[in-house]
Amino acid sequence: MPLLDVKDLSVTFSRRGQRTVRAVDGVSFAVEAGEVVGLVGESGCGKSVTSLALMGLLPKQKGVTIGGSAMFGDTDLLQTDERSMRDIRGRDVAMIFQDPLSSLNPVVPIGIQVTEVLTRHRGLTGEAARKEAVELLNRVGIPDPSRRLKEYPHQLSGGMRQRALIAMAVACAPKLLIADEPTTALDVTIQAQILELLRELVRESGTALIMITHDLGVVAGMCDKVNVLYAGRVIESARRKPLFADPRHPYTNGLLGSVPRLDSGKGERLHAIRGSVRDVLPWPDGCAFAPRCDQRVEACVGEPPALVEDIHRHAYRCVNPESRTAEVPS
Amino acid sequence: MIRFIVRRLLQLIPTLFGLSILLFIWLRRLPGGPETAILGERGTAEMRAQIRANLGLDEPILVQYGRFMQRMLKLDLGTSISTKREVTTEFLERFPGTVELTVTAMIIAIGVGIPLGYLAARKRGSLLDSLSVGGSLIGICVPVFFLAYVLKAVFSENLHLFPSSGRQDPTIGATRITNFFVLDGLMTREWDAALDALWHLILPGIALASIPLAIIVRITRASVLEVLSEDYVRTAQSKGLTERTIRSRHILRNAMLPIVTVIGLLTGGLLSGAVLTETVFAFSGIGAFLYEAISNRDYPVLMGFIMIIAIFYVLVNLLVDFSYSLIDPRVRVR
Amino acid sequence: MSTKTDKIDRLSELSAAKEDEHGVSLWTEALRRVRRTPSALVGVGILVIFVLVAIVGPWLVPYSPSELMGINEVRPGVIPGPSAEHWLGYDHNGRDQFSRLIVGARQTLLVGIVSTLIGLTLGALVGGIAGAAAGLGGRIGRAVDSVLMRIVDMLLALPSLLLAVSIAALLGASLTTVMIAVGVVSVPVFARLLRGAMVVQAGSDYVLASTSLGVKRTKIAVSHILPNSLAPVIVQATLTLATAIIEAAALSFLGLGNPDSATPEWGLMLADAQQYLDVRPGLAIFPALGIIITALGFTLLGEAMREALDPKLRK
Repeated sequence: MPLLDVKDLSVTFSRRGQRTVRAVDGVSFAVEAGEVVGLVGESGCGKSVTSLALMGLLPKQKGVTIGGSAMFGDTDLLQTDERSMRDIRGRDVAMIFQDPLSSLNPVVPIGIQVTEVLTRHRGLTGEAARKEAVELLNRVGIPDPSRRLKEYPHQLSGGMRQRALIAMAVACAPKLLIADEPTTALDVTIQAQILELLRELVRESGTALIMITHDLGVVAGMCDKVNVLYAGRVIESARRKPLFADPRHPYTNGLLGSVPRLDSGKGERLHAIRGSVRDVLPWPDGCAFAPRCDQRVEACVGEPPALVEDIHRHAYRCVNPESRTAEVPS
Repeated sequence: MIRFIVRRLLQLIPTLFGLSILLFIWLRRLPGGPETAILGERGTAEMRAQIRANLGLDEPILVQYGRFMQRMLKLDLGTSISTKREVTTEFLERFPGTVELTVTAMIIAIGVGIPLGYLAARKRGSLLDSLSVGGSLIGICVPVFFLAYVLKAVFSENLHLFPSSGRQDPTIGATRITNFFVLDGLMTREWDAALDALWHLILPGIALASIPLAIIVRITRASVLEVLSEDYVRTAQSKGLTERTIRSRHILRNAMLPIVTVIGLLTGGLLSGAVLTETVFAFSGIGAFLYEAISNRDYPVLMGFIMIIAIFYVLVNLLVDFSYSLIDPRVRVR
Repeated sequence: MSTKTDKIDRLSELSAAKEDEHGVSLWTEALRRVRRTPSALVGVGILVIFVLVAIVGPWLVPYSPSELMGINEVRPGVIPGPSAEHWLGYDHNGRDQFSRLIVGARQTLLVGIVSTLIGLTLGALVGGIAGAAAGLGGRIGRAVDSVLMRIVDMLLALPSLLLAVSIAALLGASLTTVMIAVGVVSVPVFARLLRGAMVVQAGSDYVLASTSLGVKRTKIAVSHILPNSLAPVIVQATLTLATAIIEAAALSFLGLGNPDSATPEWGLMLADAQQYLDVRPGLAIFPALGIIITALGFTLLGEAMREALDPKLRK
């Protein structure tokens, strides 16, 4: 049994006088213990909403409807009440956010922000909590941890802040870690360091990781399995190697093609995807990617394409997929 | 930190100096003078001139100002023209009443306003939210003196729940130490005197609190709403912290920054409301006395009182800046 | 045959059209958002009725507001209440209260507008000079700015009511006095607001761009910085219309208003009625309601404008 089994997750936002938005539309994926799973897509594809739904952090108000199930052991994260979710959050499932500066409380010292998790879930207080916090900061590679504990977020560098956030997330050795674009707001050199740190932590502790990103480079370096999302649905899902070697969905192919490669010829142009995420066809009317797709055919519009799986457990949602050799058909 | 305070206090000096000049010129421009207030319309020209000479008002304005400054530096504010008592004595007798009233009003405004604004923000769109938003809008629009009259008519004259005027029942015969009646009662253990003084503060306190309360509710609600959408609140939730920790450490602590600023501004501005409230409830503070001093052209009282009030105003703002830097570590760096 | 592809093209056209909508100006966008706010509409509704009453009221009323028609019926402790002829009864001088209330709207509106204009003009003048000087003027400019702002700070340190009372004492009790006093009290607020907004604008990139293109500094100040800084001032003016009416009532209450009550004005009516509160509370309640509702109208509109113009809330 997988550690986390998400089945048919959907999230809709409806507001009075406005069109209902299906941010997540029947997403299913599984995470095995110790595995790194990527959720990939452009902003607005529903990947962040997915993570917030799993954490139970979507606003609880009229107009927000969550459907499907997310079995975490014996508990369905989507059906658990707020009180029990509080016990799970930070202890069993923890999260790392995108912007480390805005994700840290500016008026509370780093130390308290770390120890408060230890106090809440592990009952550590006073000197014991402080010692453990020093240990944690040490583990995530923050030099001179006892001094840093007294400092405020604005006194730390971007990379240090993200390390501090990671320390808070791994403080209780959670079984599952969700990282929502953990490196997007950082400098390139720092990005690599943070990814390396995450990889290390995952390897040492056996924590499973859901890596949410738009950056295929991150995926290539870290993930065991990859789910590509577009307009709220999974459009391609495979293990890392087959996905990179042999992308079937034109969107995935486009994402790969828009990354400059060292081995491509000098005169060769980058293959950019046309249009923007806003040019979306509603799924019931056909493939949401159709308005931007180079390989659009008649069958793309009318009814939504189904997710089909080939013999290599490589699933894709496309009626006119890229050929196996990944060459554009003439 | 000490440097910061010293620097701010030094900055105060030119402001006060300027203010004193401005005030001095301004007051001397008022038509009529103390002699008119004393003699009415009857007095002869000689009598008027005599009085002016006695008060030293016949000398050039620069000389008058010089004498004023000389005394001021010795902390001597002169003698009131109308009551013939030392301005300092008058002040120490009356100012405590206004302070008690202002403090009561601020306790009501803060004690009710912050929790109400917080709840309204947390339960955005609920009945409580609409009521507090609507109520605070109306609160801003009701003239203070009218509210004071309504409160007095309803709760003291009709329901007899509260006294209608004064600071304390004179028949209690309370001992005076500081002229802060509630404090005196506590210090001398005359509990009934303290309670009675407190009882006299409730209605004028509520009337005076109405506008600050409305503004604090609004600013708290807005500020909490803004903080609620911040990423660090989401981080705190993702750590599974208890509602209480999230509320006090992560929401309110950040939301307090604008609230503290507004509280400082309001405290400074409360004196205008105090003049009106004190008039309605015949509450002997500085409000009514100042008002009379203007119509009597009681220059020493006006100069002394307004200067001290201005100092208080600046000190309150200093306190606000100070607490601001206590709350927000980012301010401390400078 | 190609209906499906047509559909897609139409869809992309639609999404392209949306992009232009985002290009509308700040004010048009703000106006649209104000129009969508129910509370703003309530505020506008109140104000339209108020202004209409203020304009045509004097021709609609059944009696003259200054005629002492019922003076013989008024005795100590007795003021005749509502009747079929006099809907709200007499006031303490035996004048028709309903007529006075309707006619009083005009003076009340006048007090609000004139005193706000006084505050706005003087405040904008001081704030504008200080802001322009601080934003562009180098060392001399900064000195001008700091002197002006010190003076404004001194005015702020004075309790506003005392300032108003002493102005009233200088000029003698009259309606003009009240308007000037209330207006002058709001000068420092307007000055600080405009200066603050201008300093922010002066530091923005487009000013830097204009400067680097060689546009004259005074031209930048007048034609770029100033217009872009006006939004908070206009919002404040709307809110000041409300407080001006309330403060004018307070000054009347302290006996600084128009000593001649022949021309009715709500603040004065309310102040006069305080003495007869136990005899005829209605005399105070109706003008008070008039003031509260009108102030509410201005406040609702002002708050909605503030929210509509707040770039932080635009989304």
